[in-house]
Amino acid sequence: MYLDLCLVAILLTAVSGVPGLGFGRRSAVGQGIASLLLVAGALLGAATALVALTSGTIETSSFCGALPELALHLRLDPLAAFFLVPVYVLGAAGTLYGGRYWRQAEHPENGRKLRLCFGLLIASLAAVALAADGFAFLFAWEISALSAFFLMTTEDDQSEVQQAGWVYQVAMHAGTLALFALFGLLWAATGSLEFHPLPAGASRPGVTSVLFLLALLGFGLKAGIVPLHFWLPAAHASAPSHVSALLSGVVLKMGIYGLLRILTLLPTPPTAVGMGLLAVGAGSAVYGVLFALGQHDLKRLLAYHSVENIGIIVMGLGLALIGVSAKQPAWAALGLAGCLLHVWNHALFKALLFLAAGSVVHGAGTREIDRLGGLAKPMAHTASLFAIGAAAICGLPPLNGFVSELLIYLGLLRINGDGIRGAWSVAPLTIPLLAMAGALAIACFVKAFGSVFLGPHRSEQAARAHEAPSGMLLAMLALALGCIGIGALPVFVMPALDRVIETWVRLDSPPPPLAELVPWPPLMGINAVLVVGALGFALLVRSRSRRGTPAQTVTWDCGYARPGSSMAYTASSFAQILVGLYAWLLRPRSLGAVPSQLFPPAGSFHTRVPEQVVEGVLAPLWAGFRRTLIPLRAVQHGQIQQYLVYVLVTLCVLLASLHPLGDILLRMLGW
Amino acid sequence: MVKAFATLLIHFALLTAAPPLLLGVINKTKAWFAGRRGPPLLQAYYDLARLFRKEMVFSRTTTWVFRAGPVVGVSAALLAGLLVPFGAFDAPVAFTGDLVLFAYLMALGRFFTTAAALDTGSAFEGMGAAREVSFASLAEAALFMAFVVLVRFSGSLSLTPMFHAPMTAPLHGLPGAAVFLVAVALFVVLLAENARVPVDDPNTHLELTMIHEAMVLDHSGPLFGLILYGAAVKLFLLSALLLHLLLPFSLGAPLLDWLLFVAGLGAIAVGIGVVESIMARLRLRYVPSLLIASAILCVFGFFLTLA
Repeated sequence: MYLDLCLVAILLTAVSGVPGLGFGRRSAVGQGIASLLLVAGALLGAATALVALTSGTIETSSFCGALPELALHLRLDPLAAFFLVPVYVLGAAGTLYGGRYWRQAEHPENGRKLRLCFGLLIASLAAVALAADGFAFLFAWEISALSAFFLMTTEDDQSEVQQAGWVYQVAMHAGTLALFALFGLLWAATGSLEFHPLPAGASRPGVTSVLFLLALLGFGLKAGIVPLHFWLPAAHASAPSHVSALLSGVVLKMGIYGLLRILTLLPTPPTAVGMGLLAVGAGSAVYGVLFALGQHDLKRLLAYHSVENIGIIVMGLGLALIGVSAKQPAWAALGLAGCLLHVWNHALFKALLFLAAGSVVHGAGTREIDRLGGLAKPMAHTASLFAIGAAAICGLPPLNGFVSELLIYLGLLRINGDGIRGAWSVAPLTIPLLAMAGALAIACFVKAFGSVFLGPHRSEQAARAHEAPSGMLLAMLALALGCIGIGALPVFVMPALDRVIETWVRLDSPPPPLAELVPWPPLMGINAVLVVGALGFALLVRSRSRRGTPAQTVTWDCGYARPGSSMAYTASSFAQILVGLYAWLLRPRSLGAVPSQLFPPAGSFHTRVPEQVVEGVLAPLWAGFRRTLIPLRAVQHGQIQQYLVYVLVTLCVLLASLHPLGDILLRMLGW
Repeated sequence: MVKAFATLLIHFALLTAAPPLLLGVINKTKAWFAGRRGPPLLQAYYDLARLFRKEMVFSRTTTWVFRAGPVVGVSAALLAGLLVPFGAFDAPVAFTGDLVLFAYLMALGRFFTTAAALDTGSAFEGMGAAREVSFASLAEAALFMAFVVLVRFSGSLSLTPMFHAPMTAPLHGLPGAAVFLVAVALFVVLLAENARVPVDDPNTHLELTMIHEAMVLDHSGPLFGLILYGAAVKLFLLSALLLHLLLPFSLGAPLLDWLLFVAGLGAIAVGIGVVESIMARLRLRYVPSLLIASAILCVFGFFLTLA
């Protein structure tokens, strides 16, 4: 029943953009229909997924196509339902936001394409989560990758968008190639494309390792695990903001979903696998946040934070695997709970932040942090919502990021505190890295929030900024309430996590419910006191200042009578200490001429932190390929007659290969 | 029941009233070293009383964030104070994982105080905030590494049993050495987090060189009072944590234990004063090395507890 409802939701979202194609380029009717269908489908899907998740339902269904080998299998289980929820929630929020952010009347050239692909992306992501065989999975996976590509390149007339889209396309197809190999090998091992656990002892350990590495490559490219994240910052920065929210919030998470799903099929991995994932996750977390610190583009900064948060999610996954390998259900439960809850949380706060960044672009017309400033006055609501998202992504109590990070901390600390010796004993050394990533995230978001919304205006554009319309604010408010809700009342989310943990962690002793592992009541008490106390203090200050209007003056700048905006600390200056400290990793480049003579001419200074993997590794590699493979261009010259010859030759070779070569030789010898 | 209530009451009283006294002790020590008489022991209280009577002046650039900074800073510090065990007594609130909450409450305060500094649009305050968040990222790693060692040492995931473990567990041999390393690291974190010499000089008169003081240049009146008070509470809490490792025993009688706790905190304040008197402030670019070194000390401690 739930599965049927999910299919209805998929159908509604998939076709949502189609009617719009029949209307004119400037007609708002198509947009209205699309929004209606999409929101209806998304709400239906979200509600179904939530109910199915909390009830722990498992339903399967299959559709026979023309070829019996290629029957499509679908399966709704808690893990799938868990990932369906953010897909639909962000789909609804994005639609609500996009209705004002990307109006058909303002974007006649690409509005229809955008909405068609938006619906297709949501439908295909849901289909990925529900797929229960390799064929259906890859089919949905490919549709989602392509629709994401078209969404990202909405503004395909800009060269940087084309470039970002191209890199994305190459990365995604490299990943898909790995997945084809993965499902092919699984097919060879189990004799079926359906997702069946690999029977114990059925395959050599080497094959299992290869399967795992292929999954890590294919899904890691999707999720953006360092160093496979290289396509991510440019791609997410160049998409329209509500699309960035979806890409960052849920599309990346499908890589995590894929890893979790494949791990249910593979035999229990050795401890080294979990330890490796933990280390890779910790590395990703620190790497992502350090590169975020060096960025000047608000959306690029947010995109690098996705790398950080995917790192935290992978740390949780690694911890869960260590728990499974060490046969410690409590560790596995805490790790998996942290991993899963951070998937939800990151979807909520990162989408909130991207939407707020979109409002900044909408209101002030630029995403250059150093050209903004002082937006908290004209855009008070957006500023407050961004502050909530920023505090949440830094993992600060009483918001949702704290809850998921706490689960991971607790799991790692328990490895340490339980005192069971093994190879995992050094796992707690990742704790300070996680803490450091958290503290660096604070540095980065104080920088972003402070430079964009606080202080003086740094440009005319910022001075003329206007608040976002209510539709956009409403979408952000819904996400912010989600952040506060999960943070203040985490007990209500735990049963949902328990359902997934029960099905995923397969150990002799079942994992204990999370309510037993983490004492929520005192934590929620402190969170409540925090909110009420801060509000009380605020009222106190307010009543004091109301008694007499507080004196107003200029900012004190060591006696300057008229401090100007050029004196304010810029985002680049703010990050300079940390960027300098980690210059060996970030390799910042500075351009411009520093004034030097007695009567110096106008100077300029500009720094940037390029993506190291692209500029340091991939670009030289590609240039090398280009040089060495250029002779092959002779083969591809565009003459159709010769291409026909190629086809003929290929056909002959294939036909010949149908006959065993030995047979042919023997016949020729006249036997 | 009565006893528990009395403990709770004393905890609250000390948490709210005692912190400014530490500043007085530090300043007296520094004055004694310099051969001066120094300000009265209770000077910090007089300052607070004066500030809370004064009016506030706000820059036209500022928004609600500027006002929220000090308020959130004090609230977070006081709430964190509920999780810290004082002397031989348990903390009022103790639960599995409260160490993470403790650190993140401190981080919450930092988020808002540094954002408030940027709200003024002043170069000095931006500079101070940038230094604060940069150094805190390393101090945070050292603090968590110290917690990891103590979790291993005590087998518990809550601040109260973690910091009470040295009272009962044998402190000779490798575990004792680990606890000693953690104590050194915690002292460095204490100095860094509270903007003391050698990381920052609270008495300097040049805004360019300051960290914490530079961030609060524009705050005035009661809000400035809250900032001073919040900073004192933070100093008090980290000193209380450190004291567990320096005086790992209980005298048996509650009254004596409380006296020991207060005397111990006074001794730590004297120690901070001595450090400030005999050391110069480090150049800013050497501060990261100091903090990384303290984190590495804790990693050594971790390996000692593994053995």
